[in-house]
Amino acid sequence: MKYVDEFRDPELTAHLLHELTAATTKPFRVMEVCGTHTMAIFRSGLRGLLPPEIELISGPGCPVCVTSASHIDAFLQMAELPGTHLAVFGDLFRVPGSNGTTLAHARARGAKIDVVYSAMDGLELARQNPTEQVIFPGIGFETTTPGIAATILAARQQNIDNFMVFSTHKTMLPPLMALLGDPALGIDGLLCPGHVSSIIGAAAYQPLAEENHLACVVGGFEPTDILQALILMARQIGEGRAEVENAYTRAVTWEGNARARSMVETIFEPVDMEWRGLGTIGGSGLAIRKEFSGFDAQSRLSITVPESKEPPGCLCGQILKGITTPPACPLFGSRCTPSSPIGPCMVSSEGTCSAWFTYGNYSEKILS
Amino acid sequence: MKHDLSQKTILLDHGSGGLASQELISTLFLKHLGNTILSALEDSAVMDNQPGRLAFTTDSYVVDPIFFPGGDIGTLAVHGTINDLAMRGAKPLCLSLGLILEEGLPLDDLERIIISIRDASLTSGVPIVTGDTKVVPRGKADKIFINTSGIGLVADGVEISATKAKTGDKIILSGSMGDHGITIMTRRAGIALAGDLRSDSMALHTMIQRLLAGLPTGSIHTLRDPTRGGVATSLCEIAGSSGLMIEIEERCIPVRAEVRAACEILGLDPLYLANEGKCLTLVAPEVADQALTLMQACPEGAEAAIIGTATSGGAGRVILKTTIGGTRVITPLHGAPLPRIC
Repeated sequence: MKYVDEFRDPELTAHLLHELTAATTKPFRVMEVCGTHTMAIFRSGLRGLLPPEIELISGPGCPVCVTSASHIDAFLQMAELPGTHLAVFGDLFRVPGSNGTTLAHARARGAKIDVVYSAMDGLELARQNPTEQVIFPGIGFETTTPGIAATILAARQQNIDNFMVFSTHKTMLPPLMALLGDPALGIDGLLCPGHVSSIIGAAAYQPLAEENHLACVVGGFEPTDILQALILMARQIGEGRAEVENAYTRAVTWEGNARARSMVETIFEPVDMEWRGLGTIGGSGLAIRKEFSGFDAQSRLSITVPESKEPPGCLCGQILKGITTPPACPLFGSRCTPSSPIGPCMVSSEGTCSAWFTYGNYSEKILS
Repeated sequence: MKHDLSQKTILLDHGSGGLASQELISTLFLKHLGNTILSALEDSAVMDNQPGRLAFTTDSYVVDPIFFPGGDIGTLAVHGTINDLAMRGAKPLCLSLGLILEEGLPLDDLERIIISIRDASLTSGVPIVTGDTKVVPRGKADKIFINTSGIGLVADGVEISATKAKTGDKIILSGSMGDHGITIMTRRAGIALAGDLRSDSMALHTMIQRLLAGLPTGSIHTLRDPTRGGVATSLCEIAGSSGLMIEIEERCIPVRAEVRAACEILGLDPLYLANEGKCLTLVAPEVADQALTLMQACPEGAEAAIIGTATSGGAGRVILKTTIGGTRVITPLHGAPLPRIC
C-alpha cells in the first residue's frame, strides 16, 4: 500500500536501527507524548528492537485517557435526558465514569447513542433526526478540534439548531510545560506528536526545548518515522544540544496550519480544564465562545460537571505523567483489562495500559 | 379469506400460525426453497440413515445492515452454518431455517433474503429441510433474525479438532482476512467509507472435502473459521486448546489493499476483523505444500497462504513476527472493535 509500505520496509528499518545504535552514545529517556506513537511502537514490534539504552515513557497524549471521570459523568447525564441522541467517538464508548458506568451501559438502558467517525457524521445525524437534540461529546487535542470547529460553522451555515457539542477539548502544550518542568521525571527527549504538530507547527515546542533543556523531535507514526526521529534525538542528546527538529516533514511545517488554528479561535476560547490523573491545568482547555452558545451543550442543557472521583487503586494518573509503567499498577491485567477496564488508559485502544496489555507479554497474568 | 400479501410488509398475522402464515409459507418460502422434504410441511424432517458419525451445529444471525456488498443476512445464515460443519471435516447434509421477523419488514426485503438463501443453498448443494417463522411486534427485533442449524456426516478416520494440532504443524489461511468485518463496519451509520469493500461470505465445504480427499488420512489436524474475533482470536483459541505456541508472520498474511487502507483510517487491526468465507488449516508439515496447492486450486482458496507454524514453546501463546522484524504477543479480542478518535 502506497505511503505505508515504504515506511515499514524491513531493510530500511534495519538500516535505521543500525544508525540509531551508532548515534546512541549514552542512555536516555524519551517521552512519546501521543497515544498513537505508543500504539505504533508496540504494534510494529519496534520496542523490542531499540537499543537498550533508550527508555520510552508514554505521555498524556491519549485524548480518551485524559478525559476526566466527571466529564464522562456529564456525557452520561446528557445521554439520559429525554430527546437526546449522542454521537460519540468509538473509543469513548467503554470509558467508565465515577461510578463505573459507561456510555455502553447507558445505551443498554435505552439511551440513544451512536458511534461516529467524525463530528460531521453527528451533524448529519441531527439533520436526519430533527426532533432530537444531537450532542457530540467533544474530546481531543489540536488534531481533532479544527474538525469540530468546522462542524459548528457548518451547522450555523446550514441552520441546523438541534446539533450541539459538549467541549472538553484540550491543548497539548500546557500539560507538557507543567509535567516536564518537574526534573524528577528525568526526561531527556520529547517525541512530539506528529498530527498535533501539523496544526500547531514544530516551532511551538521551542519554549519547551529551551526552558527544560529537552531534545524535541516531531515524529511520524510509521516505524521508520519513529526511528528517524529517535536518531535525531540521540544525536542531540549525545552532543548536549536541546533543539526542536522536525522528522515528519511530509505532514508538519515549522509554522503549522494557520487556517485551522484560526477556525478554532473563531469558535473556542481558552479555559482551565480538568485532565484525568493530572488535575486542573490553567488555560489547557477550550470552551465554545458566547457567540456560538447555541451549539454549546453544556450551557444549553444546563449540565453541571460533578466533582471527579478517581477509581480507587488506579494508577492512570501516574502512568499519564510517565512516573510509572502499567505493570506496576496492582489492578493491571487482573481486575483491569480491555474487556472490563477500570482506568482510562486501559479503555482506549491507544491508552498506555491497553498497549502494554495487548501487545506486551501480560496475558498470562489474567490466566493465573 | 385470502390474506393480501400485496400489503408488502410483514404483519403480526404472518406469524399467527393461521392462514396468513400458510400463505407466506406457500407463496414465498416454498416457492423459493421447496424440496420433497421441506414441501411436505411435516413437523420434522425425516431423512434416510446414512453411515458415519453425525456433526450437528447451530448459529444465529443478527447482522446490521441486513444487506451489504458481497452478501446479506441470508447468505451468511447458509454459509456460516455450512462452514461450522466443514470445520470438523463434516460433509454438510441439510440445514434448518428459523426466521424471527419484525412486524413491518418489507416483503420485498424478505423475498430478497429468501432468494439469497435459495441461491446459497443450491450452489452449495445443501438443502433446507425444515423451518419455522415467528413475527414479533415492531421494535421487538431488528428487521430479521435468522437461526440455521446443520447436520453433516464425518467420514471414518477424520478427526479434526483444535485439540489435535501438533508441534510443527503449518498454518494455512485460505485467503485475505478482514473483508467481512470491515465491510459491515463501514456500512453502519456514521462510519461510511467509500471504496471497493466486499464481504467474503462463502461456503468452504467443497474445498475442505477436496482437501480431505487429496491428503493422507489424519494429516489435517485442525480447521477453524475465523469469524467474529478474527484470525487473532481463532489462533488464540487453537493455541489454548492444543497447548502449543503459534508463531505467525505478518508479511505472509494476505490482506486486500482496500481492507488495509480502511483499517489504517479507522485504527483497526485486520487480525481482529470477522471473516465469513475463510478458514485456518493446521496440517502436518510434510503435506503443507500439497495442502496449499489443493486449496489454491479451488476458487475459495485461490489466495491461500502459509502464515505460520505451531511450536512447542510457550504454552497457549500466539506470537506475531512483524513486517519490520519485531515481535508482539497476540491476545484474543476484547469487546467489539471500535474505531478510534484520531
